[in-house]
Amino acid sequence: MNEITPASIGLSREDLPNSYIGRSVPRPNLPKLVQGRAAYTDDVTLPRMVQAAFLRSPHAHARILAIDTSAALQVPGVLRVFTGADLAKVCDPWVATLDHLKGMKSAPQYPLPLDRATWQGEPVVAVVADSRAAAEDGVAALAVEWEPLPAQLDMETALDPGAVVIHPELGDNLVFTRTAEKGDVAAAMAAAHKVVEATFLTGRHTGVTLEARSIIADWNRADETLTVHHSTQAPHMMQGVFAKQLRMEEGAVRVICKDVGGSFGIKVHVYPDEVAVAAMSRILGRPVKFVADRFESFVSDIHARDHRITGRIAVDAEGRILAFDIDDRTGIGPYSVYPRTSAIEGNQVVNLCGGPYDFANYRCTTTVVLQNKTPTCQYRAVGHPIATAVTEGLVDLAAEALGLDPIEIRRRNLIRDDAYPYTSPPGMRFEGLSHHAALDKLLAMVPVERIRADQAEQRKRGVYRGLGFASFIELTNPSPFMYGIGGARISAQDGATVRMDPDGSVVVMSGVTEQGQGTEGILRQIVAHGVGVPLERVKVITGDTQTTPYGGGTWACRGAGIGGEAALQSAIALKQQILVVAGAMLQAAPETLDIRMGQVVERETGRERMPLGELGRIVYFRGDTLPKDLPRELVQTRHFITKEYPFAFTNGIQACWAEVDTDTGMVKVLEHWCVEDCGRVINPLLVDEQIRGGIVQGLGGALYEHCVYDEQGNLLTTTMADYLVPMSAEMPEMHVGHVETPTQESLLGAKGAGEAGTAGAPAALMNAINDALRPLGARVTEQPFTPARILRALGTI
Amino acid sequence: MSARVEITLTVNGERVTRGVEPRRHLVDFLRLDLGLTGSHAGCEHGVCGACTVRVDGDIVRGCLVLAASLDGADVTTIEGLTDSGEAEDLQAAFVARNAAQCGFCTPGMVMAAADILRHHPEATRDEIREHLSGNYCRCTGYQAIVDAVEQTLVARRGDAR
Amino acid sequence: MKWPAFGYVRASTLDDVWRLQAEHGDGARILAGGQTLLATLAFRLSEPELLVDITRVAALGGISEAGGTLRIGALTRHAELGRDPLVARHAPLLAEAVPFIAHPAIRNRGTIGGSLAYADPAAELPACVVALGATIVLASAAGERRVPAASFFTGLLETALRPGELIAAVEVPIATPAHRSAIVEVARRSGDYAMAGLAACVTLDGPRVAAARLAYFGVGNGPVLAQGAMAALQGRALGAESIAAAQAALARDLDPPSDLHGPPEMKRHLARVLTARALSRFLPATEIAA
Repeated sequence: MNEITPASIGLSREDLPNSYIGRSVPRPNLPKLVQGRAAYTDDVTLPRMVQAAFLRSPHAHARILAIDTSAALQVPGVLRVFTGADLAKVCDPWVATLDHLKGMKSAPQYPLPLDRATWQGEPVVAVVADSRAAAEDGVAALAVEWEPLPAQLDMETALDPGAVVIHPELGDNLVFTRTAEKGDVAAAMAAAHKVVEATFLTGRHTGVTLEARSIIADWNRADETLTVHHSTQAPHMMQGVFAKQLRMEEGAVRVICKDVGGSFGIKVHVYPDEVAVAAMSRILGRPVKFVADRFESFVSDIHARDHRITGRIAVDAEGRILAFDIDDRTGIGPYSVYPRTSAIEGNQVVNLCGGPYDFANYRCTTTVVLQNKTPTCQYRAVGHPIATAVTEGLVDLAAEALGLDPIEIRRRNLIRDDAYPYTSPPGMRFEGLSHHAALDKLLAMVPVERIRADQAEQRKRGVYRGLGFASFIELTNPSPFMYGIGGARISAQDGATVRMDPDGSVVVMSGVTEQGQGTEGILRQIVAHGVGVPLERVKVITGDTQTTPYGGGTWACRGAGIGGEAALQSAIALKQQILVVAGAMLQAAPETLDIRMGQVVERETGRERMPLGELGRIVYFRGDTLPKDLPRELVQTRHFITKEYPFAFTNGIQACWAEVDTDTGMVKVLEHWCVEDCGRVINPLLVDEQIRGGIVQGLGGALYEHCVYDEQGNLLTTTMADYLVPMSAEMPEMHVGHVETPTQESLLGAKGAGEAGTAGAPAALMNAINDALRPLGARVTEQPFTPARILRALGTI
Repeated sequence: MSARVEITLTVNGERVTRGVEPRRHLVDFLRLDLGLTGSHAGCEHGVCGACTVRVDGDIVRGCLVLAASLDGADVTTIEGLTDSGEAEDLQAAFVARNAAQCGFCTPGMVMAAADILRHHPEATRDEIREHLSGNYCRCTGYQAIVDAVEQTLVARRGDAR
Repeated sequence: MKWPAFGYVRASTLDDVWRLQAEHGDGARILAGGQTLLATLAFRLSEPELLVDITRVAALGGISEAGGTLRIGALTRHAELGRDPLVARHAPLLAEAVPFIAHPAIRNRGTIGGSLAYADPAAELPACVVALGATIVLASAAGERRVPAASFFTGLLETALRPGELIAAVEVPIATPAHRSAIVEVARRSGDYAMAGLAACVTLDGPRVAAARLAYFGVGNGPVLAQGAMAALQGRALGAESIAAAQAALARDLDPPSDLHGPPEMKRHLARVLTARALSRFLPATEIAA
């Protein structure tokens, strides 16, 4: 292994006969998706399967006084009703804290609460019936007596003396706080040429996966195994969770996730209703299915990005950034979410503000508090959109205060491309980034002069257009430093098993998973390249804990960099093993042989010596003809973990060209650009589409999406008519470009790309809107940038 | 009162007779009664488009149509559209252009796009976006889908000349 | 949510409908396109006993013109309304409104009768029929009666429909050469309910406004016929001054609620903006304001 270098295994962009790395090949799973032949969890039917529905708390905070199930049990089709007490008999509660987040606290959470509901939408009673409709009829017939309690709904007052302390045993509503400091912020502010301050809001919003959360749990009494069909990102993690909470051995639990209809982080968390389903199956001894409907998704899927951030930036007369001073307040739900915890988003704001820039003085505090609202946790790009909006918003304000062009101020402050390795003021270690090269590439793509000329021309006619920029960094390929060191059973390593079957076809089983980003596609490319077979001869298996190596699943953009690396290393190991056998069969030294397009060939000349199918036939059916001591396992497993850097940081820059109708406050995104450096690009088509999808998701949170609560803690946006998501008519054409700075941590050199679009889009849009409104003296800093907010900024209302 | 209603209809070219609960919507009828799981329910209040199927030649929201009201109707789902080959070029374009990621919106999106091919073969890019504006996709950001539809329309117009 | 249990029966004639209503009273609900009714059932806010499907009642369908009146059957689907040549010629406002309504799949099923009966305050068709000075034809076991559109919408989601009545048709006076109409709205996304909208019909006598009907939607409990703004235009030359006068008069005509989009002042403001945008469309090209 140590002898292998990227060059020696043909990892380059040259058009080698079987170098699929860097090629835009179509995904193998697409035909079934476009033909309607996929298998999502709700498509699965099991014998004697029953359906669950939940009575959810109508109150933000209430004591459960009594639950009368008698009428529900009489409803035709209803089989059973479960309360928190029922499930607690077979299922333990969990607490979502991480040891390395010092002082973090959260209360134990049960699948169904025992005596108190703490958010509107919390599942409180479960009804199991022979159909979903009957289960809902049963829910409608339940009689629950509540004692409404005062609710804590304002994050700003959650730590005040008069606050409602949601879990008295915790003492207060403080979940976690941390301040990162470097240098001397006070001195820098005092000495600065200009100091600019602004307060930003990112609006609470949610993922809206089109396939809602779905699960079937099947406890088989006979062999005492639990099989779970689950629309999840991390089947092995869930295997561990179900085993732990239901007091089973991990080996008795199998989690299967085949096709997943979108996840974006929403489906990597532990949900009480899903654990309840497993507990109910445990009790009933038959399969129980639960598919959240859209209304319950809005109120029970994790929310995210509920932050108020006040920030100051200090610059000198030359426009060099001297300091950032940032205070972040975020309100989560009444529980931190398991196992990743709801403090990570705020912690990332602390770690990531100022990220692309070279400056010496930094202070950033996050304060994470409990609220009686839907629990929040990691959602695509996590803290990055927040940190990027604050950073890039302040940088633009500084540019304005100095009369500097926004591109110029970035030129003067982006970390130089030759400055690596580099440690940022909050302590993030960067192996190698390309901020300046990315900016150069962006400026080659964005017709800035033409846009500025158009902007000036349109202004004369009362049409306000703006161009906004956002540089960003993005963490990918996480090591155990993200979760593992905190005690969480979240795997930062990943594994792949690659095997050759008798006819020479290849199968790869991987611990990373597919939710549409193209995991199976790139694994196929990598393994085909690593072994030396045509693409079509490789089958990919993911999403089954019974057959795939133990892995972490998909999150924090680790599929390509970590899962892909494990696949490459095991593919190479398999090739070497095959060549040992081939050498014995062909009387040649293995080093003189290679495998190309499914043929064993002479490495020097390329002369074909034997098809892999022939080798397979001999190994599997004529082993008598091989030397007795020859190792002949045509299957290899490798696990990969990053070792040098806690994260493989990536970088990029986005530009957004937008028009603001100053009469109506409506924003039209005209065009959008993104240059991304995610290291080695395995499939440009897939990466570009991930970036586009991520940009639109980011634009959604910046323009439309908002989980709105009233003063009683009722969620008002519970339908797709009230909660607005981006649709095709309003979204722009997006241009994507790349710079490639591979990581040295792996042969593949791939970093992650899935979240970059979302990280930078809100900031780029905000800066574009503010660039458009600058002549009118108006500015917006509160997302989503609705017409009402823009009209208010203009002083119209 | 909620007695089952007997319906006989054609689904993907096959004659089907079933007794259905009045409250069963078309998507659940397809998925649960006929095993046609290609059509999806994404919101069940008519907004997301995942349930888009064709009834008597028109695209409709399967979640806002009673199965009981479809006696005598002609229904085409993604499975039937595929088997007929009517939009084979469109589906191939989706694959080539990576116009699907998780695939959950895809059947409804393809049904809506096939409607453009049938009824608006001269559609411009903006018109394509407008026609698809009732189909939610969270993964792609729409551009690849619009590309795939546009490519197909252009190719068909080219062939026709 | 899944719908609560209910019965289903198909009516072939209006007599079937009257009979079923007599049998089931309030428990019987009329089902036409179902695009609103069925969506509301998903929230389990109401539990009808029986849905009476009227989509095959021939008397409720069809579009025809006779004696200066365009008769649009209540069962006319939005998609049909949008492509019908009689509508395009005689009531172009309705044809112009159709693309604003939701999305193609909804438009293939939803009906004008359903839209008017449900009377969503942010819907386009109720405002259009008010602006057109149309007449709603109501049918019941007792016979037919006619209600002017402007009197049909009586409150938030409330209409002049009496128990046992359904909308049979909409009668629209056909457009004359002097007639101009426009529908404009501000909606967050294509097909969304409007944050504010205006269906405007104006009859011009040279440069002067002989008659104006301005029906705003999304700004009240139902369509608001802005009498003050209309009076401000009456008899005046259409231009920047009269438009400004109409905008100013709106302050007394409108009392908008706040909603998820914004406060009442925002709807007032948008209504003023839409007034200028709609009326400017009726100016000769050289006079259109920047």
